[in-house]
Amino acid sequence: MTTISDSFLTAWQLVAAADARLAGIVLLSLRVSLIATVIACIVGMPVGAMLAVGRFPGRRPLIVLFNGLMGLPPVVVGLLVYLLLSRAGPLGSMGLLFSPTAMVIAQAILVTPIVAALTRQVVADSWSEYREQLRSLGAGRTRSAATLLWDGRFSLSTAALAGFGRAIAEVGAVMIVGGNIDGVTRVMTTTIALETSKGDLPLALALGFVLIAVVLSINAVAYAVRGWAERRWG
Amino acid sequence: MSAWLSIENLGLTEGATRIIDSATLTLSAQRNVVLGPNGAGKSTLLRLIHGLLHPSAGQIRWPKLLSQAMVFQRPVMLRTTALANVEYGLKLKGHGAAERARRASDSLARVGLELIADRPARLLSGGEQQRVALARAWALEPELLILDEPTASLDPASSREVERIINEIAASGTRILMTTHNLGQAKRIAEEIVFIDRGRIVEQTAVEQFFTLPQTEAAQRFLQEETP
Repeated sequence: MTTISDSFLTAWQLVAAADARLAGIVLLSLRVSLIATVIACIVGMPVGAMLAVGRFPGRRPLIVLFNGLMGLPPVVVGLLVYLLLSRAGPLGSMGLLFSPTAMVIAQAILVTPIVAALTRQVVADSWSEYREQLRSLGAGRTRSAATLLWDGRFSLSTAALAGFGRAIAEVGAVMIVGGNIDGVTRVMTTTIALETSKGDLPLALALGFVLIAVVLSINAVAYAVRGWAERRWG
Repeated sequence: MSAWLSIENLGLTEGATRIIDSATLTLSAQRNVVLGPNGAGKSTLLRLIHGLLHPSAGQIRWPKLLSQAMVFQRPVMLRTTALANVEYGLKLKGHGAAERARRASDSLARVGLELIADRPARLLSGGEQQRVALARAWALEPELLILDEPTASLDPASSREVERIINEIAASGTRILMTTHNLGQAKRIAEEIVFIDRGRIVEQTAVEQFFTLPQTEAAQRFLQEETP
C-alpha cells in the first residue's frame, strides 16, 4: 500500500517538476499522434465525404470495410507496417523502421478508417437534408462533398478527435514499428508498458496522469468549440 | 407568351404506385400555380420539371432551354452568413468574386434583408430563411423559378412577404411555376391554374374561371373542401 501511495507522490512530483525525461516522452507522443491524425484527416475526410455522396461501383462494400476497419487491432497494423518497412520489405531501403516516422505511418493507417467512417456518417446526414438544394443550384457530387465537409466542419472535429484519441492511446502499433528506443521512439503508452513491467511505477503513473489529462482536455476543448459553433452558426 | 414547356405522357412509378400518371401539359402563361389535394403529385411534378427526378415514361420538352432555380418548402441554409448563402449559388454558376458580392447584396436588398446580410443564416427565423432562399434563387436571374409550397411552414406575415417577393420576381419577367395549399395565394399569384389529382393532370384553366367555374368535378370537389 505504501509503495503505491509513494508512487503516486513521486508521480505528481515528476509532473509538477516538468521532468525533462517525462516532457520528452510526452512531446514525442503528442507530435507523432498529432501528425498521424492530420494525415488521417487529409485522407479520411474526403474519402468519407465521397462515400456519403458518391455513386460508384463498390461503394457499399467500401462503407462496410471502413466501418469494420474502425476496430483494426493496432498490433496487426504495427505488424503490417513493420513488414513494409523492415530491411527485407518493399520500403526497407528507406530505413524508416524504428523511427518516429514509422510510428506516424502506422498510426495514420490505424486512424484513417476511423476518421473516414465517422465523416461519412456526418456528411450522409446533412446530404439527405441538402441534396435537392445543392443539385438544384448545380453542384456536382465532388462539389457537394466539399461543401458538406465545410458545412460540417464543427461536427467533423469530433471525428478528428476520435482519431487522435485512438492514436495517442494505442500501444501495439508504435511498440512494434518504433521499438520503444529510449530518447528516440519512446512514447507515453510504450513507456507505461515498459516501466510497469520493470516495476518503476512512479514514471508509469506520471505518464498515465498526463495521458488522461491530455485526452480529457482535448475533449473538453472540442466540446466547447462545438457548443460555441452551434450557438454561432446554428 | 408562347409555349415554353410541353410535357407529353409523363410518368413516374415507384414500385406499383403511379405517382405521376401520363401527364400531358403545355405551359405558356407566365405565372402558373399547380393545385391539388395532398399526395396528388404536385411536388413530384415540379421536381420532374426541374430535373431532380427522372421520369420513368414520357418526355419533357423545352422549346428553348430556360435557366431555372427552385425554392423548396424548407429552406436549406449553409452554416455561414446569409450573404454567403446567396453568393454560393452564384459561385456554382462560375461568377467572379466581385460580381458575386454585388449581385448577392443587391438580391438580399430586394428581399429586404440587407441589414442582416452578415448574420448566420441558420439562426434566422423561418420566414427570413425563406427570403434568403428566394434571394439566392433571384440572384441567379433565372428565366423560370419553381417554388414548392414556399409558404407552407410560415406564419401569415412571413407568407405575405414571401408572396410579395414572388410577385416582384414575376414582374421582372421570370416565369413562375409553383404549388401552394393557400387558395387565396393561388388566386393572387396565378394567371393559370393546373389542377392535378392522383397523379393525373385533370384541368388547366385561367385563374378567374378556375375559381368561379371549374371544368371538372374533381376540381369542384377540391374547391368545396378547401374553401372554409
